[in-house]
Amino acid sequence: MGYELSKEQMNEILSQLKEDYLIYAPKCFQDGGRFSDTDCIRYGEINKIEEIVFDKKAEYSFKEVLLPISQTLFYFTEDSVKEADAPKQGAIVFLRSCDLHSVKRLDEIYLRNGFSDYYYQRLRERVVFVLMGCQTAFDSCFCVDMGTNQSNEYDMSIDRSENGYQLDCKSNQLEKLLSQYATNNLSVTPAYVTETKTRVNIPSNLSYQIGNSNMWREYDTRCINCGRCNFVCPTCTCFTMQDIFYTDNEKAGERRRVWASCMVDGYTDVAGGASYRQKNGDRMRFKVLHKVLDYKERNGYHMCVGCGRCDDICPEYISFSHCINKLENGMKEVMEHE
Amino acid sequence: MNKNEYIPFLSEIVEVIKHTEIEYTFRMAYDGEVKPGQFFEVSFPKYGEAPISVSGIENGCVDLTIRRVGKVTNEVFEKYVGDKLFLRGPYGNGFDVDDYKGKEIVVVAGGTGVSPVRGVVDYFAKNASSRKDMSFIAGFKSKEDILFEKDFEFWRESMNVVLTLDAGEETKEHKIGLVTKYIPQLKLKEVKEAVAIVVGPPAMMHFSVLALLELGLQEDNIWISQERKMCCGIGKCGHCKIGNQYVCLDGPVFRYTQGKHLVD
Repeated sequence: MGYELSKEQMNEILSQLKEDYLIYAPKCFQDGGRFSDTDCIRYGEINKIEEIVFDKKAEYSFKEVLLPISQTLFYFTEDSVKEADAPKQGAIVFLRSCDLHSVKRLDEIYLRNGFSDYYYQRLRERVVFVLMGCQTAFDSCFCVDMGTNQSNEYDMSIDRSENGYQLDCKSNQLEKLLSQYATNNLSVTPAYVTETKTRVNIPSNLSYQIGNSNMWREYDTRCINCGRCNFVCPTCTCFTMQDIFYTDNEKAGERRRVWASCMVDGYTDVAGGASYRQKNGDRMRFKVLHKVLDYKERNGYHMCVGCGRCDDICPEYISFSHCINKLENGMKEVMEHE
Repeated sequence: MNKNEYIPFLSEIVEVIKHTEIEYTFRMAYDGEVKPGQFFEVSFPKYGEAPISVSGIENGCVDLTIRRVGKVTNEVFEKYVGDKLFLRGPYGNGFDVDDYKGKEIVVVAGGTGVSPVRGVVDYFAKNASSRKDMSFIAGFKSKEDILFEKDFEFWRESMNVVLTLDAGEETKEHKIGLVTKYIPQLKLKEVKEAVAIVVGPPAMMHFSVLALLELGLQEDNIWISQERKMCCGIGKCGHCKIGNQYVCLDGPVFRYTQGKHLVD
């Protein structure tokens, strides 16, 4: 059902929701940017609807709500283990269509690829998604080519309007709350873009042979394997186990999992000192093919959702979308040398 | 709610077998179903977890052969019989001995790669009638690096065993040279039907498989096992992914026809 609500009404609703939920949305962290005197737009808890940044892209995705950067799994002493408690509150996440599509990817890995993940599942079951409509695409977005520009998988949608906010609600629970404030019943369709400035073309003949192309060698020197592209990506899901022991009592500690990056040294190290993919270009190849080749072979659709954050964040100005567009020539090159 | 796969269980160390200065086998109490080539995530105190393949299965016990390769595994080497370790698993597909029954078998393994195949070799040493001729080529760097030395005496009774060292002097027990030197010397009766298992460092596996193919074995009859950094063991952490395969879920044992396309 569609509603139009004023700013004041929205804030009353948020304050009611805050009793049961943590509310996450892209917001502005003043002077928190990567360069001096710049702000950072990223996810954080909000109290008021005005805090949500609608006209800029969040530099980091919402994924830390479902996959905390560092997550304690359990505590242990010498002979016993105690599972870490789940957060007491659920979460409401304001996110755009590309990010909502990435939830499907996270679910694929964490709920279906082999075992179901206990810690992910217990957070996931208590997350409500609010789709933020997109009037126009940002410069680096390429969601249309990835087929992620529109989504119906939301609990509620939100678009700014002249008089406040227009909402489309699919959740019964939220509906009850909204109907207390509803000014009228509208038919609301969340805004979505149909074209983007950045375009990508994934060649239909793309295969692992692309690994033999010289195209990757450019990244050997340009890439500094900092891993930022992985950390901003809404579909990167890797982690590493880490044990922490308390300095005051070395026999007690906790096991955590922390975000990991396939671009950073140490990712593939095995016992005895061996490792795979030492060149940065090979790591780039591994990442790119995961996003646009092997994940699809396994699950039937591409992993990349075209949010373009990896392009925005790279300190060496390496563009993932440019790289995708080089794959066609790369395939020609390796086919000629067959 | 589904089971929390990350919570480990305590397992008692039943026996510690010292192979070399740096490689010990910990015989751990474990009662469930397990196959050779599968692995457990072992908690190393003050470090975290590491995947260790099952090197032997005996009533109520699994053998985990662990090499002291640095700070991370040191603490385990201070553990003794009666102490306990946290484990999770078993994970991975492992070797299915049924794939090799009734056939002529070749096993080629290098270094710690002997651990995951030990269960298979042992099975067919004890059940020699369930297979045709069998050869086991095992390579180690030096005399000091040999694992499962006592087992080799037992295995020699029922199969052709080539124990080779990278360097040194040849003796009655061991030959000198890489495993690939001894593959062409194998005398197989029905090479098209024979099956092979190859486990070891990447270069060793690559050249051993080439040598076996050269000999006339069929690609479809060769199995390999991959060593990767399996942090979670359950298809989540991503470290062990090669191409579209997760070594922890789809492997670590692959048919060569499946595994040969995988590029790291």
